[in-house]
Amino acid sequence: MPVQILMPALSPTMEEGTLAKWLVKEGDVVTSGDVIAEIETDKATMEVEAVDEGKVGRIVVAEGTEGVKVNALIAVLLADGEDNSAIDAAMTTPAAPPELAPPVEPAPVASEPKADAVLSTTTGPVTSEAPEDLEVPEGTEFTSITMREALRDAMAEEMRSDDTVFVMGEEVAQYQGAYKVTQGLLDEFGGRRVIDTPITEHGFAGVGVGAAFGGLRPIVEFMTFNFAMQAMDHIINSAAKTLYMSGGQMGCPIVFRGPNGAASRVGAQHSQDYSAWFSHIPGLKVVAPYSAADAKGLLKAAIRDPNPVIFLENEILYGQSFEVPVLEDWVVPIGKAKVVRAGSDVTIVSFSHGMFYALAAADILAEEGISAEVIDLRTLRPMDTATIISSVQKTNRLVTVEEGWSECGVGAEIAARMMSDAFDHLDAPVLRVSGKSVPMPYAANLEKLALPTANDVVQAAKAVCYTG
Amino acid sequence: MATEKKTTATKAASRGAKKASDTAQELSFTAEQERLAYKEMLLIRRFEEKAGQMYGMGLIGGFCHLYIGQEAVVVGMQMAIDEGDQVITSYRDHGHMIACGMDPKGVMAELTGRRSGLSKGKGGSMHMFSREKKFFGGHGIVAAQVPLGTGLAFSNMYRDTDRVCLTYFGEGATNQGQVYESFNMASLWKLPVIYIIENNRYAMGTAVTRASAKAEELFNRGSVYGIPGEQVDGMDIRAVKRAGDKAVAHCRAGKGPMILEMMTYRYRGHSMSDPAKYRSKEEVQKMRQEHDPIEQVRQRILDAGSETEDSLKDMDKEIRAVVAEAAEFAQSDPEPDASELWTDILVEA
Repeated sequence: MPVQILMPALSPTMEEGTLAKWLVKEGDVVTSGDVIAEIETDKATMEVEAVDEGKVGRIVVAEGTEGVKVNALIAVLLADGEDNSAIDAAMTTPAAPPELAPPVEPAPVASEPKADAVLSTTTGPVTSEAPEDLEVPEGTEFTSITMREALRDAMAEEMRSDDTVFVMGEEVAQYQGAYKVTQGLLDEFGGRRVIDTPITEHGFAGVGVGAAFGGLRPIVEFMTFNFAMQAMDHIINSAAKTLYMSGGQMGCPIVFRGPNGAASRVGAQHSQDYSAWFSHIPGLKVVAPYSAADAKGLLKAAIRDPNPVIFLENEILYGQSFEVPVLEDWVVPIGKAKVVRAGSDVTIVSFSHGMFYALAAADILAEEGISAEVIDLRTLRPMDTATIISSVQKTNRLVTVEEGWSECGVGAEIAARMMSDAFDHLDAPVLRVSGKSVPMPYAANLEKLALPTANDVVQAAKAVCYTG
Repeated sequence: MATEKKTTATKAASRGAKKASDTAQELSFTAEQERLAYKEMLLIRRFEEKAGQMYGMGLIGGFCHLYIGQEAVVVGMQMAIDEGDQVITSYRDHGHMIACGMDPKGVMAELTGRRSGLSKGKGGSMHMFSREKKFFGGHGIVAAQVPLGTGLAFSNMYRDTDRVCLTYFGEGATNQGQVYESFNMASLWKLPVIYIIENNRYAMGTAVTRASAKAEELFNRGSVYGIPGEQVDGMDIRAVKRAGDKAVAHCRAGKGPMILEMMTYRYRGHSMSDPAKYRSKEEVQKMRQEHDPIEQVRQRILDAGSETEDSLKDMDKEIRAVVAEAAEFAQSDPEPDASELWTDILVEA
């Protein structure tokens, strides 16, 4: 049986890539360890080595092909004694992606309360349009760029206009960023302003804060926020509290940014959402955008802000493309939530990658006749409670969605605020959809179970609408 | 203890390239320098004595760490730097603030938690700052000021100024990991930072030899990073000034960081609530009698005849008046307005 060569996954979050170059041609004999192709992921160009020995029978995907899905058949290798006739058999046998056990049903969310107050508008699908975007001037052109590019552009634009802005972090310069967010910055701004640090988060976070006290505007990149735990003392005790402790003298204009939250299959120490942790701290602003447009505008605002800003990105979103307005200076104010989908029956509030579930759930709910209004918080501290309340005044029902743990989480905070500020407008208890309260497991099925799903959101929305 | 200290200090001095650099001539101060040193150190001493007294009266709350005994370190280093150079230190910071020229009234009013305190009463003993005087705190977490001072030095390099940052920390802090993270970056990037270890022999209640490996040469803690270090008799302000001059020149020449280990001694406990049972009364007494930094200067001034007992008494009187005024002010100044609870959390953009 000929050997199928499949498109490899070269990073935890890679879903597809470009087959940049074949280094072998049909008929070549390869042995294991030979480099056979070059594949471009969204982060880097990687070499692919042969694992088995044999003769290249057929190259299935031509070089230069973009968007080749992980596990797609890209070539067929013939073993000793096999001839071309075996190729066709190999081509027709479907490539076997390592899909494991049958998908496990998502754990049901709390479906209480079930009551008699059934929603009246539950017949047939509803339609929804994005509300008018008042932040973008009429007639603005949009261009599709990835989250990664949007973040890079935001930094580059601010660095061009303000010499005190610089980036420091692990592998931000020569390596062009562990997740390629700082790609190209070293070339444009040089080593004075794009600085590789040793792997010492506690130390370089403190150095960044000291530089901010010294009048600079550092952008400190954490390779992921998991490593910022080492730097927690400087973020909280040095950056967040000093203004207060100095009676207003010592501002700390600094941005701590990097990927936060669950990545993919990286286990408990590299998959945690710190949104609630930082949101707890007076003296910090906390931003967690979902779209590239918001990320670009908010990062520019964060860099200009005279306060320490925690800028929580999401690794899974880095490679995703969004429409971003083509404007000379696109800045999104910190502290403003955005209604990204108008609806009338239930409000769904989320942020960062949680928006993915919220929006997917809204689509499903629409099919079932429930009109969901979806709010992207964008900033977690200060939280734009007014936007949530005005939506709840309309829908009278609220579901919160976050990937982090529910205990003392962002959803808990929102629920508490609704209890005190919008109690009379609620027709049902606020329900929270969140990550399960467990360290992130490695196994694919368990990891899936630990994270919220669109279906969880749908169930919660139905429960608060008493249609579950 | 005293003899042992003297030996190590001498040994350290001879370690440098220039042997026997602490000859009488090189160490000598002009009459004006002696006068300044005396006055500044005495102001700190009298201020701290008053603070101790006020703490006892319940006028100062919380933690209060006095600098008595260590005055020569900060005053000597201030004599070695210029305007625009930065200073950052730990929570034992009253002396540093006064040496930086911050108003004793503002410091004392902060200690009593009043509205005219340097942090409007919101910082307390451990948290005061002055952008104007380039004093960057006042930090309560052991060794946290070390990366921060390194960052201030980074800002000097980034701006291409020739300013240096004096980063003070106790010998106890030298065991913190972030100190070495800082050493690494400061040496790697050749940052203009002088790390000043104020070795007062006790980290809270633990003797340096019980907590630090190779306790006799903490100045050497940066050697693997290529940071030169020197041990200095921190009770002799002339030795401090001389070492400071050398370190400042080193930094200004773009040669990167330097470590100065100041062999000093605190007469009081770690904080006001520490009875200091971990050392003998005799040890403290011996240090006060034989090595007091202020007494040394006083004796030299009298020997040289540049001042008389009477003129020094007058000086003391003036200083006592300044401190009394600060104490008076710190008691009569009102507490902060309740509305201050909610200010200074964020800078309004």
